[in-house]
Amino acid sequence: MTVADVLLVALGVVTLGAAMLVVTSRHLVRAGLWLVVALGGVAGCYLVLTAELVAWVQVLLYVGAVVVLLLFAVMLTRAPIGPSPQLDRPRVPAALVGGGAGVGLAALLVDAYRWSHVEQPPPGTAERIGAAVFRQWVLPFEVVSVLLLAALVGAIVLSTRAGDRSAGAQPQGDRPVRTRPPLDRAPDDGDRVSDEPRAGRGR
Amino acid sequence: MHPVIPYLIAALLFGVGCYGVLVRRNAVLLLMSLELMLNAVNLILVTADTSIVGVPRSGQVFALFVIVLATAEVGVGLAVVLRFFRLRGSVDTDLLDTRRAGDGAGGAVRAEDTAGGTAAGPETAAVTAVQADTDGGTGEVR
Repeated sequence: MTVADVLLVALGVVTLGAAMLVVTSRHLVRAGLWLVVALGGVAGCYLVLTAELVAWVQVLLYVGAVVVLLLFAVMLTRAPIGPSPQLDRPRVPAALVGGGAGVGLAALLVDAYRWSHVEQPPPGTAERIGAAVFRQWVLPFEVVSVLLLAALVGAIVLSTRAGDRSAGAQPQGDRPVRTRPPLDRAPDDGDRVSDEPRAGRGR
Repeated sequence: MHPVIPYLIAALLFGVGCYGVLVRRNAVLLLMSLELMLNAVNLILVTADTSIVGVPRSGQVFALFVIVLATAEVGVGLAVVLRFFRLRGSVDTDLLDTRRAGDGAGGAVRAEDTAGGTAAGPETAAVTAVQADTDGGTGEVR
């Protein structure tokens, strides 16, 4: 057991414990905050595995952007502050499938690698990763930029198209939502759209 | 360094995420569990980069790409979830109605929902019945 092994075991315990809390917590916001711990633990694993740049990108994008987005979604969907009942489906089948997948994969990987030992490669700094991205993986890199643009446009279109006028769930989408429906929508459609959230809110 | 340790962590993390995706009803929590699964895959990629001799650092580049894809997926996924919430007033994935997936206006509140829901008023049932009639006989009111 080297220092790297000890660090990996410790980070793995933290990550798995936080992940278990993410999937079992009864509080929505606490699940999001435990997700920060789990993703941070994975970032620590990357650091030990010499993937410096990936670790910092993980901290920036996952712990920064994705978790903030998820917490915003929790707030925008009017999640209750306290514990919410009926958050889970019956647990036994899911535990069977999830546990089976985890244990099966673990058995396969343990069987493949046993207790083999490898030397740590030189760290993947921004310089080395940048060279790899812009020499060998230029085409996927450009395709990813197109995909990001498509995702951006898709998210905007989805969140501003003809929603209801009462909820105001997205502040930046308010203006198009208010002005557009009378133009491209029949009056009965408008009635129906404004009816539905009222019907759903009682649930 | 023994590569079996991070591999084991990644496999178990994938199992935990799989359990979360299957067990959670709330769509936002479902996305959180999905993030756990994607992180397990990333951990596998980064570990393979250190333990397998091949094109140097290609595993880390793949992990970067997967992180970017996951971010885009979360953005679009949350837009879908928020739109679903605006239509139905809930993010419960059990309320998803696959029969009317192509309907831009979001379709009718399902008749099953009003029957099984806890606090659906009579007016909701009336609206549902009217809409089910105007569907042209696609669904019978259950």
